[in-house]
Amino acid sequence: MRGSAVYPGYARQTLIALRTIAWKETHRYLRIWLQTLLPPAITMTLYFVIFGNLIGPRIGPMAGHTYIEFIVPGVIMMSVITNAYMNVVSSFFGAKFQRHIEEILVSPTPNYTILVGYLAGGVGRGLLTGLIVILISMAFTHIQIQHPFITISVAFLTALLFSLGGFINGIFARKFDDIAIVPTFILTPLTYLGGVFYSIELLPGVWRELSLANPILYMVNAFRYGLLGESDIPIQTAYSIIIVFIIISVCLSLYLLHRGVGLRT
Amino acid sequence: MQALFLSRLNKIYASGVHALRDVDLVVDEGEFFGLLGPNGAGKSTIIGIISSLVRKTRGRVEVFGYSIDREPWQAKSLLGLVPQEFNFNSFETVSQIILNQAGFYGINRRTAHQRAEQYLTELGLWSRRNSVSRTLSGGMKRRLMIARALVHQPRLLILDEPTAGVDIEVRRSMWDFLRRINAEGTTIILSTHYLEEAESLCRNIAIIDQGQIIENTDVRSLLRKLTAQSFLLDIDGRLADVPELGDFHVVPVDESCLEVEVRSDQSLNELFARLAERNVQVVSMKNKSNRLEELFIRMLERPPEAHREPTQVEKTA
Ligand SMILES: Nc1ncnc2c1ncn2[C@@H]1O[C@H](COP(=O)(O)OP(=O)(O)O)[C@@H](O)[C@H]1O
Ligand SMILES: [Mg+2]
Repeated sequence: MRGSAVYPGYARQTLIALRTIAWKETHRYLRIWLQTLLPPAITMTLYFVIFGNLIGPRIGPMAGHTYIEFIVPGVIMMSVITNAYMNVVSSFFGAKFQRHIEEILVSPTPNYTILVGYLAGGVGRGLLTGLIVILISMAFTHIQIQHPFITISVAFLTALLFSLGGFINGIFARKFDDIAIVPTFILTPLTYLGGVFYSIELLPGVWRELSLANPILYMVNAFRYGLLGESDIPIQTAYSIIIVFIIISVCLSLYLLHRGVGLRT
Repeated sequence: MQALFLSRLNKIYASGVHALRDVDLVVDEGEFFGLLGPNGAGKSTIIGIISSLVRKTRGRVEVFGYSIDREPWQAKSLLGLVPQEFNFNSFETVSQIILNQAGFYGINRRTAHQRAEQYLTELGLWSRRNSVSRTLSGGMKRRLMIARALVHQPRLLILDEPTAGVDIEVRRSMWDFLRRINAEGTTIILSTHYLEEAESLCRNIAIIDQGQIIENTDVRSLLRKLTAQSFLLDIDGRLADVPELGDFHVVPVDESCLEVEVRSDQSLNELFARLAERNVQVVSMKNKSNRLEELFIRMLERPPEAHREPTQVEKTA
């Protein structure tokens, strides 16, 4: 008699723990919606007004679409990426900083459950923000989603990938400054250079080749294909790249959790 | 059944500090066990390793026979932890903290609500259940961490200096609560540097200093190692002279109070016989200092704090 009968079984414990973490993470960004959901809505509205309505007509059509139509997918992706990333990195680092991550670390919750729980928060906020931005964009332009499955799956996989990125960043972060470095110096430049505001066909040879090394370009283009039916690159390549990055990030996250990096002394 | 089994536990922190050296320890099921030691002795390191927040360098840890390395899920399910530092989310309410904790241990919603009510009520926090945790007083925060640690009804409860910074009244009610939990079957391990706490609560204790267990025994036989005790006697009336009490060493504290040293080969009856001979009426009597503390000081070979006079333990040692 080693007492286990009194306790819920492994599968049951894991599921309830997952639900608890996922709900806790969701509840967090919903509660502070003024800081999480409102800012992207305002920023993206400004993008649509300035680039779409004011400057767009002077730029003329891009890749066969009006300029505002062309930028909508990229702008949505931008908010999905930033919000998925920021949600996980700030929540996870905050939990480390306040030490309440210890509540979960001490419990029997397996590492993959902790990971999935936090990712649920990031993916949820990323997709919810994407949805808000799509709804706003409808006030400015008439977009009819060409390939709903591709649109949704690319948004989901992108949110997942950047939630993982936020998680890894959160594991390594030691101070609050560390959670701003990656978004400022890596995510923002890669997104702006990832074909959000222009088609890479406009770029001269070398720059075009360089752009193809930017993974965000593939996500933006795949998503644009889903929404507008138009892409600079083959859609299968985009899926393969996203999925490979996801697999690598999952393995890395689980390895870091297993080693207790940044979590256990 | 052994609730806890530690074998040759070693910890060297990344900084190079050798915090634990070959710690062996067994705590049987049902015990109320005290882990005593001064600051920096390694108490929190031991507790950290058991609860998986600190990675051991070497050694074995088993909780109710489950290895924390090979069967962590079982070991962790059986363990409840009250850490030394507050580590709950300061933006969450008291009941959210308890309910989340229940969730991490796989307890369904309905049971979680029942137990939250039960433990918050028992610990006097039910009326504060909707308060955001950062608004609680220090003593309430301590009790919140105890309620949180109990919500999955662990068989082994480990508390790391749970009464630090808690006022005396709350401390006593916490002690009563812990005694009751222990009587109901939960094994308890408590670390403390309040010796009074261990003396009052624990049957068996281990004394740890500089990462090593230097004594592991029951409180009674430990106290028997005291070679002498000092008592303060309040006297009825005033004393003109210091009374002659035979072999007993007497020091006047003031004109109506005496300090008397009683060696282990002397008895209190003898002392009172002598006092009666001299017509000294004793109104009240108390130990000069905490007995375990005296012992502790001697064992660690530390000088007593400057503000206290040397105890007779040192004088006779
Ligand atoms: N994270 C850490 N990194 C380096 N040294 C540590 C760490 N935590 C504790 N120590 C050192 O290990 C020793 C034991 O500390 P600790 O277990 O906290 O003692 P106690 O709980 O008995 O006061 C001390 O010398 C302390 O400075
Ligand atoms: Mg400590």
